Amino acid sequence: MTRAPDVTREQRGQTKRMSVRLQCPGYPEDTLRSLADRLPCRDTQLETLLQLMGQPDQYSYPSIFIYGHRATGKSHVVLSVMKDLELPHASVDCVECVSSGLLFHQVLSAFFGPDAAALLPRCPSLSDFVRLYKQMSSNSPATQTRYIILDRAERLRDMDFSLLPALLRLQELVSDNVTVILLSEIVWEKFRPNTGCFEPLLFHFPDYSKAELVQILSWDHHPSYTPELYASYINILLGVFFSVCRDLRELRHLAVLNFSKFCEPLEKGEAKESDIHKLWKNIEPHLQRAMQTVYLREVSSVQWEQQQMDEEAATTLRVLSAHAHIELPYYSKFLLIAAYLASFNPARTDRRFFLKSHGKIRKTNFLKKHEKTSNHLLGPKPFPLDRMMAIFYSVVDSRVAPTASIFSQISSLVTLQLLSQVGHDDQLDSPKYKCSVSLDFILAISRTVGFDVVKYLYDFL
Amino acid sequence: MSKRRSAALTEAQRVSLAQTLLRERLCHQKLPDRPVGLDSQYKHLLELLRRTAVHGESNSVLIVGPRGSGKTMLLGCVLRELMSLKEVQKNVLLVELNGLLQTDDKIALKEITRQLHLENVVGDKVFGSFAENLAFLLEALKKGDKSSSRPVLFVLDEFDLFAHHKNQTLLYNLLDVSQSAQTPVAVLGLTCRLDVLELLEKRVKSRFSHRQIHLFSSISFAQYVDVVRAQLSLPPDFPDPKFSEEWNHSVTKLCEEKSVEEILKRHFNASKDFRSLHSLLFLAVSRVSVSRSTLCEADLLEASRLISADSKANVLHGLSILELCLIIAMKHLNDTYDGEPFNFQMVHNEFKKFIQRKSHSIHKFEKPVVMKAFEHLLQLELVRPVDSGVCKVQREYQLMRLMLEHGQVMEALQRYPQCPTDVKQWALSAFG
Repeated sequence: MTRAPDVTREQRGQTKRMSVRLQCPGYPEDTLRSLADRLPCRDTQLETLLQLMGQPDQYSYPSIFIYGHRATGKSHVVLSVMKDLELPHASVDCVECVSSGLLFHQVLSAFFGPDAAALLPRCPSLSDFVRLYKQMSSNSPATQTRYIILDRAERLRDMDFSLLPALLRLQELVSDNVTVILLSEIVWEKFRPNTGCFEPLLFHFPDYSKAELVQILSWDHHPSYTPELYASYINILLGVFFSVCRDLRELRHLAVLNFSKFCEPLEKGEAKESDIHKLWKNIEPHLQRAMQTVYLREVSSVQWEQQQMDEEAATTLRVLSAHAHIELPYYSKFLLIAAYLASFNPARTDRRFFLKSHGKIRKTNFLKKHEKTSNHLLGPKPFPLDRMMAIFYSVVDSRVAPTASIFSQISSLVTLQLLSQVGHDDQLDSPKYKCSVSLDFILAISRTVGFDVVKYLYDFL
Repeated sequence: MSKRRSAALTEAQRVSLAQTLLRERLCHQKLPDRPVGLDSQYKHLLELLRRTAVHGESNSVLIVGPRGSGKTMLLGCVLRELMSLKEVQKNVLLVELNGLLQTDDKIALKEITRQLHLENVVGDKVFGSFAENLAFLLEALKKGDKSSSRPVLFVLDEFDLFAHHKNQTLLYNLLDVSQSAQTPVAVLGLTCRLDVLELLEKRVKSRFSHRQIHLFSSISFAQYVDVVRAQLSLPPDFPDPKFSEEWNHSVTKLCEEKSVEEILKRHFNASKDFRSLHSLLFLAVSRVSVSRSTLCEADLLEASRLISADSKANVLHGLSILELCLIIAMKHLNDTYDGEPFNFQMVHNEFKKFIQRKSHSIHKFEKPVVMKAFEHLLQLELVRPVDSGVCKVQREYQLMRLMLEHGQVMEALQRYPQCPTDVKQWALSAFG
């Protein structure tokens, strides 16, 4: 971050000019300026936030709700402001708080020291918290606005029903200069309780535009290459990923992972830095592959890096990532196929598929009676065990006796969650099942036993 | 804050002083001198409480009004006036409970004990029942001489929440005391639920006096503007009279402005309560700085824009193209199947049809990539599972509903940066 690329230089000049305008009495000016420099593309948000907060000794609005997509700098901006301006604040990530007691504990110890938090009883209620807070704040009244920052505030909805409404009007309840800042990805409408509550001020952090993403991503360019090269690399990367993902953190991770591959032709001397087209041709398929693997977390970053080392591994990895294969016994495979057929074919078509002499099919009638939507859209239907066994006997090529070993394979398929039992376990005489594997999976399975499953599916007739 | 003479105040100090004052007012930290438009209610309540405080009559009353209509403010003003009477000040005890904080009767009783300063009297005594405990508390308040004992005012904020406590023990006992000629108590309930009496059990209801004070503001628009002016004006005792005169003048002029009136009218029509007005004014006031030391039209315009922004549209603006396409597909499914729930498979199918037939700007994506986009929408709660309890269903086949209106989708599409034309056309076409 020492040398900024040229692309951003102009932009940073702008932020400089902005920060001169960004004058907030009560705060040291040079801290504000360095703050504005460290938060690229968030100038207006920073300004509005500071305006809302006002001077440190002034009252601030009881609760502020900040929402915006993941990685748009919500917590980063708020926390940097708090830390750099040295304001009294308690920042709590609601994911960490399995009980409201933990939340109270963190807030009290941040404001009044660990001794105060130790005064909380064992399972503190909201009442205890407010009482202690009042007691403490009467001993040391707030000279500056105290801020409680609750990250991932959507978790508060799952906690005690009165917690969220009470926090929103905490200023009134404890009669202290305290502001609660809630941060969330989810819009405020989803938070409002049934009978309403104190409405916080809503404040939106917009997503970064493409140009802004380029600017920010170019900040961490590699020292041994020119910033221009890195910027053009970022442009190529965004060309592939921008339509799918706008999450800055994810894009940044992908950028770091794939940069060495991008530089490979340069190191081998096959291309120069100016041959953008050549470099693009080299990296593009690679990025496409990354989208199908690393982006989906089918391979870990370490595996992906290893794969870049040797191309040999690439092919094996591809197979590995495509669909996790489970090796099943021979009859289990057929049982699964039978279950799949029973789940996705209507029962009345069984005659047609599995009976040797099914009589004359009135073809027109059969085809015209197409359901409005195919079963592959609606999902698997439950079926009785008998039906599955009947289909199983007819699809498996050899004669199989209905032994205990066959039935035990059914229950092991249930344990593997390839089948799922519908209804209660106490239905002993005719249990019902559902097949819960995808079409791709069943196609792969049937290929291993040389069975053409598509021919037997009503949807693909 | 400087305490120097007004002449010595710099511009910056003047502005920040004014801001401090207004912010305090708009954050509801300061009670107004007199509640606006609630004169009859004010008198009624004051009279009731005076009878308890001075004459020792027990009473119970409910103050009902929508959120932000000034219930707490009204009560605060009444109590302030009541407590200014000398004989009341010494004598009356005030117990404030809040349904949000005292979530069950045990906690509430502990809080009552604490607020009556009776912790050491109670000590480690063990009580048989709740009523016994409460009776003991009230007994302890009785004076040695005469039959008179100190009147207690019980304020129950969020009264409806107390009705959800087990057996409504607290309410039953409080109202029972208020009915029988024991200690003089006044039970004041504050609630935003009109149907609150329906929540009470029969035995509790019959002990309630059925006195209700309703707060439905009936102010006209002209009065509303007057309130705005009053809220923004600086008081006469502001340290710098010249500045406050200028400020007040500018506020008066601002309220006459056409566009400002339009904004206020819009807010007035949406809701008459003052709390939403305060948040609007707060935003406007916070924009005042040293370089622009008066409140101007642009501040209010910007504040109104911030307040009335549709947050879902804001969220849609930040979605990726793929996610937006999925939303459009869901919209089409909603149109064709008349709002029936859908699953991922259907959405994917709809999306695939679009890719095959009409799209030239968007390429094919692998199904897992689409699934990831879909799950992001689920995480943002733009789509919602019909019944979340069923976990046995595969993720692709779980039934979902779109939580967006038709209009919201179309509006988001208009505002979307660099939206490909074929996607727009697809969204506009009647059937996928």
